[in-house]
Amino acid sequence: MKLITVAGPPSSGKTSVILKTIAQLKVPNDKVGVVKFDSLTSFDHLRYDEQGIANQTGFAGKICPDHFFVSNIEDAVQWGKRKGLSILITESAGLCNRCSPHINGILSVCVIDNLSGVNTPRKIGPMLKYADIIVVTKGDIVSQAEREVFAFNIKEVNANAQILFINGITGQGAFLLAKYWQDTLDIDTLKDRKLRFTMPAAICSYCTGETMIGDTYQMGMLKRMEFEE
Amino acid sequence: MELDAYFTEVSTTKISELLTSYPLASDYLANIRLGKINHELTLPEALLDVDEDILEEFGLTRDSVVLHFCAFLSAFSKNTELNGEISSITILGGRNKSGKPEQVEITVVPGEIVSIVGPTGSGKSRLLEDIECLAQRDTPTGRQILLNGAAPTDERRFATGGKLVAQLSQNMNFVMDLTVREFLEMHAKSRMTTDPAETADRCFACANTLAGEKFTPETKVTQLSGGQSRALMIADTALMSASPIILIDEIENAGIDRREAIKLLANHEKIILMSTHDPLLALRADKRIVIKNGGIAKILVTTETERQSLDHIQQMDEILQNLRNHLRKGDTITMEMIPKMEDNHVGTL
Repeated sequence: MKLITVAGPPSSGKTSVILKTIAQLKVPNDKVGVVKFDSLTSFDHLRYDEQGIANQTGFAGKICPDHFFVSNIEDAVQWGKRKGLSILITESAGLCNRCSPHINGILSVCVIDNLSGVNTPRKIGPMLKYADIIVVTKGDIVSQAEREVFAFNIKEVNANAQILFINGITGQGAFLLAKYWQDTLDIDTLKDRKLRFTMPAAICSYCTGETMIGDTYQMGMLKRMEFEE
Repeated sequence: MELDAYFTEVSTTKISELLTSYPLASDYLANIRLGKINHELTLPEALLDVDEDILEEFGLTRDSVVLHFCAFLSAFSKNTELNGEISSITILGGRNKSGKPEQVEITVVPGEIVSIVGPTGSGKSRLLEDIECLAQRDTPTGRQILLNGAAPTDERRFATGGKLVAQLSQNMNFVMDLTVREFLEMHAKSRMTTDPAETADRCFACANTLAGEKFTPETKVTQLSGGQSRALMIADTALMSASPIILIDEIENAGIDRREAIKLLANHEKIILMSTHDPLLALRADKRIVIKNGGIAKILVTTETERQSLDHIQQMDEILQNLRNHLRKGDTITMEMIPKMEDNHVGTL
């Protein structure tokens, strides 16, 4: 089974890109599955159901979405294998602009949209910096020049990634992404593989349910901001 | 230049000097919050004063920053220009929606204009997509696209991703919060032009010759009118875009000098594919691709009669343009402004 990790900020078009790319795969829909990692709610399962694509959704709830992802990813792989899938895609939202579900040796895709501001690629961090393929959506409604500047800003952050422009509504451009997905290697397990980037550190009192504000309530790993006078 | 050579240069050259030879390097440093390190030292020296925790936030160490920086310099020095490298594209027919073979072959060279006509939903965007991904009989249409007469390698197909075709359509807007000058300079910088300010000036002047109503370089791009935006997009595409092929989707009502716009693009040695039903534009093209039922139904070469009719169409267009200008100025339209039509011909003007 092939595994592909897809990450991107909320509403950047991840689900649309995944659906349009699945449509271009030379694999029947019942051999493709999606595991969606989200925080609180998600309605994307309806869209996958419509296309007859096996899917599972997991909610991180109060757990850091990154940590939630990495502690469940191997189970997701085993679920995909039990279902007899040829291609499994994970979809996760980068809510703190840091989440990077990318794993060494696993094809990693980051989806961002052209409307999100020209400096966004510079702000996103590991999710974009460590991706193999960066998909840019919503390019059909901005000028050619802005698309080019946007792509340039991506390249400045991740010089080696392949940048693809995909229209999430018509599917234009999804063909090449499908080709990459099909060419990626098969895996059996993720055991002993390494994440490309460390997960956010989170062991302070607020991780364990503290809600009060003030020095006396803060324990564990803290990072203080410095204010210049 | 090889990575090793960059490594030697970065290890032995002051940052201030590196920034002079590679202006983009300042973006690299700013992106990992190293914009303020001591520029009078070499990068490895300056990094000794940097808190490793900050580097770790970016997944880097003192050693890996240097290597990563070298990879950055190398990636931006590679010549990935496509302009001038494509001397022709050829479309080899596949099949239409009913599976019927297209049996066509068409080659287009830079400076040439081909119009694409056909009802909405007939498959015009499918054709564009085939060109964009350099289809090799592996897309639903079964078409094959040749570059310079030969099938591109897989490597080439992926490398050109998104850069082969520039698009211009009615639906496009500017979304950046920048003035026209800032916008053009930013684009020029991303194309690594040697003098961004000069390139921006040239592009600005050109855009203003196309626009019906003039604008200043201090105008915000988001405040331009539809016509002014279109004019700026066209001038920018002609003068600055990295793409050798331009696809224009319906620009007829844009309030710009359409003839000049097309001429400008053709003069900049672009391959122009234009989806349009505006006779003034369609008949100015050298050839017309007729799309029906998802396939190329036929390819027409613009006839002598069609070319001669352009003068008449031009006159009709000028009459309408004139009326629009009167309305814009707040005039009342009178019968005198409309030339007499006799025997369905445009009368004496």
